Amino acid sequence: MSRNAVTELLPHRTLILLLVSLAAVLAPHALRLPAWVTAAFLLCALWRYLVARRGLRLPPRSLRLLATLLAIAGIYLSYDTLLGLDAGVAILSAMLGLKLLELRRRRDTVVALYLGYFLVVTQLLYHQSLLMLLYMLLLVWAMTMLLITVTRPTAAAGPLQHGRLAGSMLIQALPVMFLLFLLFPRIPGPLWGMPQSDHTGVTGLSDSMTMGSISELTQSADVAFRVEFHGDVPSTPELYWRGPVLSGYDGTTWRQPDETAAFTPSLEGLATALDYTVALEPHNERWLFALDLPVRINTRAHLNSEYALRSTEPVRERVRYRVSSILRYRLHADLPATQARSYTYLPDHHHPKSVELAREWRRESNDIGDFVGLALAYFRERPFTYTLNPPAADTDPVDEFLFDTRRGFCEHFASAFAVLMRAGNVPARVVTGYQGGEINPNGGYMIVRQSDAHAWVEVHVENEGWIRIDPTAWVAPERIESGLDGAIGETERLPALARRDGGWMHRMALRWDAVNANWDRWVLAYGPQMQQRLMDRLGVEGTGRMIGLLAMSLILITGAITALVIWRGRPRPRDPEVIAWDRFCARLARAGVRRQPHEGPRDFADRAARQRPDLANGIHQVAARYIAVRYGRTRHRPQAVQALRRAIADFRG
Amino acid sequence: MQLTTPRSNSGSSPIDAALNQASEILLGKRHQLRLAVACLLARGHLLIEDLPGVGKTTLAHLLANLFGLQFQRIQFTSDLLPADIIGATIFERETGSFTFHPGPIFSQLVLADEVNRATPKTQSALLEAMEERQVTVEGQSRPLPMPFFVVATRNPGTQIGTFPLPESQLDRFLMRIQLGYPDRRAEHELLRGRDRQDMLAELQPAMELDHLMQVQQRVSAVHVSGALVDYVQALLDYSRRSPDYATGLSPRAGLALLRAARAWALLDHRDAVLPEDIQAVFPSVAGHRLQAVTGTPGSKEPAAGVDALLADVAVP
Repeated sequence: MSRNAVTELLPHRTLILLLVSLAAVLAPHALRLPAWVTAAFLLCALWRYLVARRGLRLPPRSLRLLATLLAIAGIYLSYDTLLGLDAGVAILSAMLGLKLLELRRRRDTVVALYLGYFLVVTQLLYHQSLLMLLYMLLLVWAMTMLLITVTRPTAAAGPLQHGRLAGSMLIQALPVMFLLFLLFPRIPGPLWGMPQSDHTGVTGLSDSMTMGSISELTQSADVAFRVEFHGDVPSTPELYWRGPVLSGYDGTTWRQPDETAAFTPSLEGLATALDYTVALEPHNERWLFALDLPVRINTRAHLNSEYALRSTEPVRERVRYRVSSILRYRLHADLPATQARSYTYLPDHHHPKSVELAREWRRESNDIGDFVGLALAYFRERPFTYTLNPPAADTDPVDEFLFDTRRGFCEHFASAFAVLMRAGNVPARVVTGYQGGEINPNGGYMIVRQSDAHAWVEVHVENEGWIRIDPTAWVAPERIESGLDGAIGETERLPALARRDGGWMHRMALRWDAVNANWDRWVLAYGPQMQQRLMDRLGVEGTGRMIGLLAMSLILITGAITALVIWRGRPRPRDPEVIAWDRFCARLARAGVRRQPHEGPRDFADRAARQRPDLANGIHQVAARYIAVRYGRTRHRPQAVQALRRAIADFRG
Repeated sequence: MQLTTPRSNSGSSPIDAALNQASEILLGKRHQLRLAVACLLARGHLLIEDLPGVGKTTLAHLLANLFGLQFQRIQFTSDLLPADIIGATIFERETGSFTFHPGPIFSQLVLADEVNRATPKTQSALLEAMEERQVTVEGQSRPLPMPFFVVATRNPGTQIGTFPLPESQLDRFLMRIQLGYPDRRAEHELLRGRDRQDMLAELQPAMELDHLMQVQQRVSAVHVSGALVDYVQALLDYSRRSPDYATGLSPRAGLALLRAARAWALLDHRDAVLPEDIQAVFPSVAGHRLQAVTGTPGSKEPAAGVDALLADVAVP
């Protein structure tokens, strides 16, 4: 086939639209694909463009074959396999690019578009956000439009004119999509291995804490989790979201201790439990967050000995769980001596000045309460500054913080306070998590961001159990009352979304967050359990019946759409004179003269009269009456139609 | 009025008489003559496209003489300027004022010979005058005479040194017709017969100018029924959906089709348009407006396609 034929196949505008659409399909994949695959795709697209534009030649078959083999080899080298999702997508992308180099016939274009549809679907295996779905729907629409353009070229309509048809086809598909979504049996868990590495870059609390690790986190406005309360929302100072509890200390870093086997919970609730549901963003760790202190949870998780919630699986995709918490409690009123020892452990030769100071306080005080009071008073009375940008420590972070710089973030306060407590022989541990949260007025749920990350201390008092003490609250009470934004100085920078001071951008962001939260809650979270609940409500029992319902609804819906289409395209009722005329023509056809569809009545009458001179008179009479009714200026239509019918009745054929 | 009367050759009206006279001179071209007269009656303009020597100029002369129209011929050349057509304002020493000297376009029948030889600028001066039926010289509009009928000829054989008319301007011609060689019998008669120039010179006008303008007015009164409009729409629709044409027929083409068909019906002494009238004028009205996918606008290829289009659309 000549080159001319190639350019004829795809008009310039169609080709550009095709290349742009397919590149747009590839675009989100490009972040994951090896750079050379994207580059090769763009090169192929450019080549194909130049073929149409500048008369370049398409590569010969041998070169295409070589390129195909090279691409497959390259993908094998990049991924060490040709199987699996990532390598599969890479192969699809490379083949789509190469397919562009053999767009010669209509069929090639159709194949390229089918590959495009397939790539769209694979994108949803990576990302299921609403925005991505809308983007992909737009591309499906564009490709459908192109598919119509390619398979049905007509005079007046370019690709854009086919957009309406493509849109109406997609709209007709919507009810079917909803039905399949609601009624097709949901399979627990992903069908195949989902990409594991997707969330490596995500921020979140880790299971250790050094100076500066949390203040870094507060620079991120990312959502940590969202909460729906099934009752009253507690006041902000009560919102301590408990995360990893750190009790191992080596002089610089607080760590999660090794899991202790023996664990006998000893919790005495002093208030009624609070119910709420958390939708936790993926963070690659096992932590689940819940208000101090969680007592019940409906997901596969357990409480460790320090009352931190741990999931059985790392949180790699968004999880929703329902928790009950008791906000006032008495935890481990008695602490075994062995455990008390580990909670007062400090490494030797660290923080000599701090340890000295704490021992002095301990000597001066009658009981633990006095001792804690002295320590807190120290924080409050010395000019300590709560800041996001504390100076870096040289040798001894705690001593320098307590005696020299006196500028720090929550982890400095928590860490220093816990050291002081342990030096005074009081069991103490650091709890990390989040504090506060923002109610989204658009959805009535709470957003907790990474910038709400916090650290505080628990000390153990005999007969009282573990008591939460937040030294930050003594230095900067605003942090607890109104969030980070109110507590730090004017000059310090926070991400715009982490600020609470409003502004239209913040309001828009909250509205968008609400949309996304609903998307997660009603669409993405629609799994086997939600489907089961829906079926229970509809009174459908068992998977078999559900599939039956699905099949029936599909038949009904497609039937309804088909009926609508047929009804809209129905032939208009024929005029009475046409019915009569057609009857007359049928009689003449039996007499041997058949009217052609495009033949006008006079031409037909003339021809029929020539072929059957014996009938000429009657034919002319009927035709004259028909023409008068149909094309003439007829005043009395019914009478004229009547006259036509009589003439036909009188006609001897 | 008998609606099914076959196209009568026996003239009973002055127009029939005129047509009969014309057929004596331009032999074997009865259909084209009828189309040309229909075009005149419909107040359209005519484009004749054919090789030299088949009677393009004779046809224009014939029409002028038969209907008593003032005749002007403009030979289009590459150095023809718009002012050569429209006229110019010239300072006259005797009177000491500017006077407008009308150009050859101020005439009732203008023969624009070989219109594609002039530059686009000159072409568009002519085409604008055709559309507006007036010319504007130095800010002053001057109406053209009534009736105003342009017959343009175009020679498809020579392409060198010509400026093809753009599609949008081809649209200004209500009809485009081709004459073609005469058939054997007609040519025999032509070769044996008298000199055509003499015959033309002897020709007497068949009707008064007033009568012609009355007939022109009667054209718009010819009835078009809803069923007929349905047929025209079916044709337009088909041309837009068919993969054979790069662009379909415009609504303006539909209007032109109805106008020409009305004149055609009137020539047949009918006061209503039949599908046959549409079919009769369709190739000349639609041929130059349709662009075949592989062809150039107005080239000869679509003509066959136009007949195929008629054959494919059923009369509703």
